[in-house]
Amino acid sequence: MSIPVLAARDIHKSYGRGATRFDALKGVSVDIQQGESVAIVGKSGSGKSTLMHLLALLDNPTTGSVELSGRDASGLSGRVVNQTRNETFGFVFQQFFLTPNTSVLDNVTLPLQIAGIGGAERKRRGMAVLEQLDLADKARNKATDLSGGQKQRVVIARALVNNPSVIFADEPTGNLDSATGKVVEDILFSLQEEKGITLIIVTHDEDLAARCDRRVYIRDGLITDSLHAVPAATAATIATAQEVRA
Amino acid sequence: MNAFDLIRSAVKNSLRSKTRTILTVLSIFIGAFTLTLTSGVGTGINQYIDTTVASIGADDVITVTKAAEDGTDGPVEYDPTAVAVDSPNSPPGAPGFSLIALTTDDLDSIGAIDGVLSVQPQLSVSPDYVQVADGTAYEANVGSFIPGMELDLAAGAEPDAASSDYEVAVPVSFVTPLGFTDDAAALGAMLTLAITDVTGTQSELRATIVGVSEEGLAGSTAFTANKVLTEALYDAQSGGLSESSKDSYAQAVVRFDPTGAEADLTTLKSDLSDLGYTGTTVEDQIGSFKAVIDGIVLVLNAFAVIALLAAGFGIVNTLLMSVQERTREIGLMKAMGLGGGKIFGLFSLEAVFIGLMGSALGVGVGMLAGMGANAVLADTLLADLPGLTLVAFDPAALATIILVVMGLAFLAGTIPALRAARQDPIESLRYE
Repeated sequence: MSIPVLAARDIHKSYGRGATRFDALKGVSVDIQQGESVAIVGKSGSGKSTLMHLLALLDNPTTGSVELSGRDASGLSGRVVNQTRNETFGFVFQQFFLTPNTSVLDNVTLPLQIAGIGGAERKRRGMAVLEQLDLADKARNKATDLSGGQKQRVVIARALVNNPSVIFADEPTGNLDSATGKVVEDILFSLQEEKGITLIIVTHDEDLAARCDRRVYIRDGLITDSLHAVPAATAATIATAQEVRA
Repeated sequence: MNAFDLIRSAVKNSLRSKTRTILTVLSIFIGAFTLTLTSGVGTGINQYIDTTVASIGADDVITVTKAAEDGTDGPVEYDPTAVAVDSPNSPPGAPGFSLIALTTDDLDSIGAIDGVLSVQPQLSVSPDYVQVADGTAYEANVGSFIPGMELDLAAGAEPDAASSDYEVAVPVSFVTPLGFTDDAAALGAMLTLAITDVTGTQSELRATIVGVSEEGLAGSTAFTANKVLTEALYDAQSGGLSESSKDSYAQAVVRFDPTGAEADLTTLKSDLSDLGYTGTTVEDQIGSFKAVIDGIVLVLNAFAVIALLAAGFGIVNTLLMSVQERTREIGLMKAMGLGGGKIFGLFSLEAVFIGLMGSALGVGVGMLAGMGANAVLADTLLADLPGLTLVAFDPAALATIILVVMGLAFLAGTIPALRAARQDPIESLRYE
């Protein structure tokens, strides 16, 4: 088995101390392989967002470690962590977090601007990714003037513009009606298939989770279940269940 | 994020909330405007003093007198030698002002002091009248032109110290009374100076008018004669005096190297006082006057700085609001890998840009207002002080104002910028 692109090794995360201490994660281990799509499923307060933040190197675990391609992330300097988040990860949030009064193109190229890439190159790459998501004609529009589905596509374009190997999506369809939500899902999964991008989706939507290669159920800070989706070919041979226990 | 993008983003962000930014810029504008005007007045008055000083005397000259021993408080003992008997150079009627006349021996010993380039007795001449052709005769004071001294000229040139012809500059107030239509008409005309010696014999000298001098603060209503003319007047005035009387002087003029260090001048002065002489430079005479002006300007500037401090709090407030509003954006940028240092830079640059706008506007409008005030005042309130530009601008001082305001804005911006830089991206991106 190859080295997982991201791995959690028995991570604990607690907030506060003494009587107000709250344990968000109580020993979670998970391996995520390159090109895989993983759904982290749980109710609000289950610790699923905390797990995503730790995997995305936005936060440090209280104990345990997060490994990035086999290397312990706690040993990395702040600059390398920032660079990794900028170049290796893409983020799609439930809320769009688009900068108002700024053009779609400028919003999409924000990660490139942060990386310090020059204006002409930024424009070229931004337009290429907008083309890919059928938003090229909206490049000059103000980001706030778009519909919900268009905004989420802009957000995906922004997550994609740096050619990341991992995309973190926190409730990517939570704010969308089911029809546009379906379109956004299709885009995300086609990216996984076509470009081999690893998808880590945090959701409480069972239908969305079911489309992922793997579902990790989390409850009260612990992984309660981990299910692998059965490839379509073998599904026929197992008549009773569509999933097998991991 | 590279430096160019950082600046561009900061400028763009500061213009995002226009009303708020404009109000903050206005508060800085008021401070910078006031500071521009107060420092402009300081510069203007000091420039005026400088030109006036230059017309009083050269900057490489020490006036030397031989002061009576005055080591003790209380009444000064009578010193029979302290009165310059019948010397024409004694200060006019100065009872109780005991000044020992300088003799040729004194001049020699002063000349021997290290650092003294030359020593000349100051000749004091008082002509009876001045007159052009057969016009009206007027009483007048005549001063000697010391090389290095700069006259504030309305027309013509300064009397030539090296010339062997008699040359004189007339004060501008004498131009019309002497019968000339304007300043230029006076140039080249012959001026008659009449002087009487102790025996009562009046002699006349004729000098060419080479310049017309402005009346300065220090009342340059005197005619300015060149060296040969002064000496000729002195000779005419000293007719009938004994040699010793003629060769005793109230003051001598010592020239030194003005490019030397300040310490050289101090040494020179202490050498003079060791020998019992008192040396005073033009700087000494006018220095206290300038100190008063500087003090007043400093107080005025302090008021402007107080206004700027208030504006600084305005910047803090504006940027704190901006940080608050853009919490999500900051969180997103941090999640995408923008370091805290760059976030700090983004907000402090925004503060500096607001400071730049306010100060540039303040300085610009301040200059316009100053020039306007000059134009109005020159013909009304300050018409009696020709040559005074009340508000003058020194580019270095203006640049300093802009830089100081930008520095202040930067300092004010550090509080919100630090808050933004320390923001936790997870907290910032939390919803529900």
